[in-house]
Amino acid sequence: MKTWIAFWNILLKDICSYYLKPPNISWGLLFPLVWITMFFIRSGMGMDKLPDLLPGLVALSILFGTTSVLSVTVTFEKKGRSFERLLLAPISLEILMLAKTSGAILFGTINALVPIFVAMFLTDLSAINWYVLVPAIVLIAVSSTFLGLFIAVSVKEVFEAQTFSNFFRFPMIFLCGLFFPITSLPIFLRPLSYALPLTYGTDILRGSMTGSNVMPFALDFLVLSGFCAVLFYISLRNINKKWIT
Amino acid sequence: MTKQKSNQADDNQESLIDVVRLTKKFEDITAVDEISFSLNRGDIFGFLGPNGAGKTTTINMLTGLSRPDSGTIKAAGLDCTKNPKAAQHLIGVVPDESNLYPELSGFDNLCFCASLYGIRKKERCERAGELLQVFGLKESANRKFSGYSKGMKRKLTIAAGIIHRPPILFLDEPTTGIDVASARQIRQLIANLNSNGTTIFLTTHYIEEAERLCNRIAFIVNGRINRIDTVENLMRRTQGQQMVQFAFQTATNKACEYIIAKFPNLRCKTVSEGICVESPQPIRVGPLVRLLEDNGIEVAEAKKIFPTLEDVFVEITGIEARMMKQEKEKMKMGGNA
Repeated sequence: MKTWIAFWNILLKDICSYYLKPPNISWGLLFPLVWITMFFIRSGMGMDKLPDLLPGLVALSILFGTTSVLSVTVTFEKKGRSFERLLLAPISLEILMLAKTSGAILFGTINALVPIFVAMFLTDLSAINWYVLVPAIVLIAVSSTFLGLFIAVSVKEVFEAQTFSNFFRFPMIFLCGLFFPITSLPIFLRPLSYALPLTYGTDILRGSMTGSNVMPFALDFLVLSGFCAVLFYISLRNINKKWIT
Repeated sequence: MTKQKSNQADDNQESLIDVVRLTKKFEDITAVDEISFSLNRGDIFGFLGPNGAGKTTTINMLTGLSRPDSGTIKAAGLDCTKNPKAAQHLIGVVPDESNLYPELSGFDNLCFCASLYGIRKKERCERAGELLQVFGLKESANRKFSGYSKGMKRKLTIAAGIIHRPPILFLDEPTTGIDVASARQIRQLIANLNSNGTTIFLTTHYIEEAERLCNRIAFIVNGRINRIDTVENLMRRTQGQQMVQFAFQTATNKACEYIIAKFPNLRCKTVSEGICVESPQPIRVGPLVRLLEDNGIEVAEAKKIFPTLEDVFVEITGIEARMMKQEKEKMKMGGNA
């Protein structure tokens, strides 16, 4: 019970202090919206093609919504030493880091629902398989958040966190099948695509929205869960190794 | 204050923290080298040493922020060497720099810190209010922590360290870099906490602060403990020691040379005010003044002084305490700038 009081208050503080702040909203929501609108106008597609673009927009919203704040705030708290206060609390490192990442997971999930909600007014979304889509959104949010955590633990300075985030994020926009299928990528780039978690997330999104998934859902979910476990494990190991020296 | 602290420690000899041959290396530098000591219930245990002596590294190991390379730490019987989390509910930590959240108010910071120890909302609000009152921060309770003065920040950080009523409190340089009035208030608060039953581990480079507050003191230099003893026992070293301090009209570095040449049984050292002459026998000032004036050194003042813990520290460690203090202050100023 005592652990959950700590968990809930860490989550609540992070939501109030970071996730509901304007810079986060601009990075998490505006950036993917602007990006997709630009892409939409440039391609000359009609509204009926919006469902084809929606998986990419949702994936992008989650990716930027989760990684933009978490990697920076954890680095910021580490640098300002307030993270030490959390390390001194009598709660396990696993619970502590789950509490620190829950805000990003929640925000990423909500971020993903915004473009879907907007698209509801613009096009027909009756073909969506919500039973697959919702768990997929949550799992993509978890994997992207843990990627953000991995970045935060790997750097020392706040500016490094931003730069390192972009090192992962921007290639993922092109390599994970967000706007064009992986099969259209040059053959030497394809193995790289399959080494990125968002590829599997986008495949589930695409399958649940348009039925055009390349891999079976079960495999996508399994690989994505594997990425979550590995990223969280490496992050905890790095915290133990680097921050509790 | 001194009497109060002694009584606390004498009444109880139950050991709360036992440290045995604790060692920490950073690459090829040994920051803490096989130190052993015990912290008894009711102690204000002073950990004194110059910059880089290993004080903060020791605190980090004792509180679970750092892992020792070898040695053991037991807190209230719990082995914290392998599991640093084991005793974290028993300890409060006040680091050398405030580590609260700048974006939160004083009240919210305390409530948040209380929640980390699983304290329920009603209780943590009451406790936060009570501590803000005790620390004289009630008026600033709703102001953001980033807007607090240095002294206020320090007080709130101490309040956050004791929000969960820990039996053991670690204070790392609690009065460094703050104004005299705030430092006095903090010393009083530390004494009050101790008289209410909190055992305190205090690192400081202010020897007079340790002398005033602590009942037991360890001198640490280059990662090794040179001496651990009660303040009374440490001061006993200087009992019967006679000291006379001379101040001059113009600065000179020859005074000690003349004195030692003429009176080889006296000890003489240069201090910031002039020179200090020491002897186990009473010192006759007249011949010394005449000797100095015959050599063209005009004496402005000669006064009898009493030995302090600082003299004991200098004698044991060979480190000039004033230099240690100035160095630390300079570092703090540089760090803040």
